[in-house]
Amino acid sequence: MALLEVEGLEARYGWTKVLHGIRFAVEDGGITTILGANGAGKTTTLRAVCGMVRATGDVRFDGQRIDGRATEDIVRLGIAHVPEGRGTFVQLSVEENLRLGAYARREPGALARDLARIYDHFPVLGERRRQIAGSLSGGEQQMLAVGRALMLRPRLLLLDEPSLGLAPLVAREIFRIVRAINRDERVGVLLVEQNVATALDLADHAYLLETGRVVVSGPSAELRRDDAIRRSYLGY
Amino acid sequence: MEIFVQQVVSGLATGGIYGSVALALVMIYQATDVVNFAQGEMAMFSTYLAWSMLNAGVPYWAAFFATLAVAFVGGLLIERVVIRPVENAPVLTVVIVCIGLLVIFNSVAGWLYSYIQKPFPSPFPEKPFKIGDVFFGAHDLGALGVTLLVLLFLYVFFRYTTLGLAMRAAAQNPVSSRLCGIRVGWMLALGWGFAALVGAVAGMMIAPIVFLDPNMMSGILIYAFASATLGGFTSPGGAVLGGLIVGVVENLVGTYVRFIGTELKLTVALAMILIVLLVRPSGLFGRATVHRV
Repeated sequence: MALLEVEGLEARYGWTKVLHGIRFAVEDGGITTILGANGAGKTTTLRAVCGMVRATGDVRFDGQRIDGRATEDIVRLGIAHVPEGRGTFVQLSVEENLRLGAYARREPGALARDLARIYDHFPVLGERRRQIAGSLSGGEQQMLAVGRALMLRPRLLLLDEPSLGLAPLVAREIFRIVRAINRDERVGVLLVEQNVATALDLADHAYLLETGRVVVSGPSAELRRDDAIRRSYLGY
Repeated sequence: MEIFVQQVVSGLATGGIYGSVALALVMIYQATDVVNFAQGEMAMFSTYLAWSMLNAGVPYWAAFFATLAVAFVGGLLIERVVIRPVENAPVLTVVIVCIGLLVIFNSVAGWLYSYIQKPFPSPFPEKPFKIGDVFFGAHDLGALGVTLLVLLFLYVFFRYTTLGLAMRAAAQNPVSSRLCGIRVGWMLALGWGFAALVGAVAGMMIAPIVFLDPNMMSGILIYAFASATLGGFTSPGGAVLGGLIVGVVENLVGTYVRFIGTELKLTVALAMILIVLLVRPSGLFGRATVHRV
């Protein structure tokens, strides 16, 4: 059974329908990527999964229906979302941001251990733990967003364009950590990414969205060989 | 010189009270972008509850803490029942609801307790303290102490507890807070509860000075607005400091500027609001928010 199974997902903003019944899945411990041009509905898909936009359809996490639930309840099940724009608490310190990531968990003593783990992944966050998060650079804020999500100890990680606006080296570092967490802790990942080559490299399954519909889907290796995708998105 | 020191201390005492009401205003403003015009009347109503208990023979501090508990729960319920339905409405709608609350609390208090002024006891001795050559009112010092204790409690709560952190997060960034699993609606309700609690302390500390009547907070609320404007509506610490400044300035101007005296003191507060808004609209410690267009 897949970790996340989505069927017939529809979403609209006002009168405009942006998702027309899409279907996809994230395997347990797998990485799925959603590709597509700007406005295809990638971000909306992630937001619909965790209840941030009104959507209809069948969304199952670990076999359990989660569609229609409040975002905070979905998060408590172990779904962490690194949102578009990073969602930093800009007036709080770096460490406070991370502590908030663990808010939904109630295991005493786990906090210090998990903070240490994040600082191990992202040493620069450890150096700046007392600093106000709004003073971090874009790349550092992206690391903070990923770190905050990991503080939940999620079973599923939703990543919305984690490399947006980052220097290539920083982006590579973030993807290396995502891969490590996926491999070592079997955290499922649903990735939306503009860098199609990287996304296909990382993911085992890929779905291509065009104006709110899945037009191509399959194992990433197959999609990488798909002529249409190569021409439109990989550029060779 | 003695008069000066006395005036400063009693200014600090009333200033602390203005500061706490200002803090209550700021707490709600930061979380919801709405100024709770009913803050003063909520405090007045809590003070009447305390008066009822004292009248029934409950010891002072028992009545004090029972009032705080009732005020906290009351503030929480008001948010859940009255404010929640208009949470996403335009700001003016919420303002109107708050003004409606103001009128309701005022008239219900008048109906239950009449508009006749009542004396309200101070928990502190009547005899003034003598420190050096200067006499200090015991209630002035006591009220200042109680106010500072409340502020210390709030500071520790917001700074060092997870719940306090979650409340600050919910006020700043509701969307990200939900993604951390924080129940934002309840955090706002808790904010109203704490604001009502702080207001209740202010009401019980000011009532021995101004006497208890349904309109006792209307003047205080204007001083609180002056304090919050001066310190900055986005800065809790600034609001408290603003309150202390307003209290001291009000007292000194009333004492030393002959034509103002006690009658025109309130005008001083309004003048301060005007000057701050003209010179530094975000207040001494507030952040000016810049919106990208």
